[in-house]
Amino acid sequence: MSQFMTTFGIWLGAFFTISIFSFLYKDNPFYKLAEQIFVGLSAGYWFIYTIYSILIPNLFGKILSDFNSNIMLLIPALLGMMMLIRLIPKLEWISRYPIALVIGTSAGISMLRYTQSDVLSQVAATMINPLGMNTIGEKIGSFILIIGTVCVIMYFYFSRKQEGILGATSKFGIWFLMISFGASFGYTVMARISLLIGRLQFLLGDWLHIIKP
Amino acid sequence: MKRFLPLMVTFFIGIIVISSEFIPHKPFSSINAGLENWFLIISGFAILLGQISLIKVNSNKVYIKAENWQYYLIGLISFGVMVLCGILWGTQDANGILGSHVDLSKWLGSKPFVYLFDNVYQHLSSTMFALLAFFIASAAYRAFIMRSFESNLLMIAAVVVMLGRTTIGTSFTAWLPQGWRFLHLPDVANFVMNYPTNAAQRAIMISAALGIVGSSLRILLGIERSYLGGGD
Repeated sequence: MSQFMTTFGIWLGAFFTISIFSFLYKDNPFYKLAEQIFVGLSAGYWFIYTIYSILIPNLFGKILSDFNSNIMLLIPALLGMMMLIRLIPKLEWISRYPIALVIGTSAGISMLRYTQSDVLSQVAATMINPLGMNTIGEKIGSFILIIGTVCVIMYFYFSRKQEGILGATSKFGIWFLMISFGASFGYTVMARISLLIGRLQFLLGDWLHIIKP
Repeated sequence: MKRFLPLMVTFFIGIIVISSEFIPHKPFSSINAGLENWFLIISGFAILLGQISLIKVNSNKVYIKAENWQYYLIGLISFGVMVLCGILWGTQDANGILGSHVDLSKWLGSKPFVYLFDNVYQHLSSTMFALLAFFIASAAYRAFIMRSFESNLLMIAAVVVMLGRTTIGTSFTAWLPQGWRFLHLPDVANFVMNYPTNAAQRAIMISAALGIVGSSLRILLGIERSYLGGGD
């Protein structure tokens, strides 16, 4: 019976794969069906994930195993329940307290962590001596790295009108941004194409057995 | 008062978190870890809130028989099936309220939740993203026919990186003599990734981080209040 269910699973996968690809022709009931099932299953998956991976190990499991030591956890439990009260429009204001705690914590943590990891560390990594590099390629690259970083930061400086030296450097910064976006675009295309190849391998290999997996 | 007290909570919690970073003594040293755990638990409830809100919106569409309501009903049913499978028979690592139910797992080849994930969800998810390959291609075509200097830079970088990371791209420049190896496509792609792209990414990180620090300060000082929503 397990063999039958495995085959049935492959047919299910093939049906949903073709249903989604049918959107390339035009919007149709098969695509709409697959889309809504995807939304439903995604929501269901994250619901279960939240319960089993966040709430049980961090809250319910601890409270049920040792209530006295974890009595403080009743506070976030209560705040979480207050968050759910947001669904009742008249009592919506109650949910501001857990939101305030979440926002206050994340604002405090973000300020420190981003300053450390994304400002100080990145600035320090840019303060290099290009002439101390081993090869000509590395020397040229390091000059490009320093100039590019400064020019792009100048482009993001919006407190003054971008003209004169500021305008010229920010224009140079746009060129660096374009190269970066192009490279990111190339990687995105490659990732999507590899997914497409995976889908075709599934359809032609696992399902139709035309190619060997 | 309904807005003032939450603002004070945000301010004090933010100040405590920041102070605890600079005061390595009790109770400050343990506050951060505790608050992060609280943050995780409340975020868990926030995710549940999102799911319940989705059910509410879709149920309403089914109830008033809005256009395409049948599909929303199917969405709700698939949500229910996934949740029921997860709660009753558990996930790959955890048992549900009916235990691991070995017989059913033997029949399906895996637990029902895992079976649905492997045979439906994973296929839907990867096909949905694979579909984007076609739309990216058409969007790229529209962007590249603009033929400005900037769009050309973008296209050249994209092509170099794509070719430099594939076998066919490598073979294009494989015939180059040793003295011209710096023009070998994988090396050019590596150079583009290591220097100009790295410079732009670094500048974006620094600028975004400065923006986050500014926004965080505005939130803590109560200048930015939009997260509290409308009303009194």
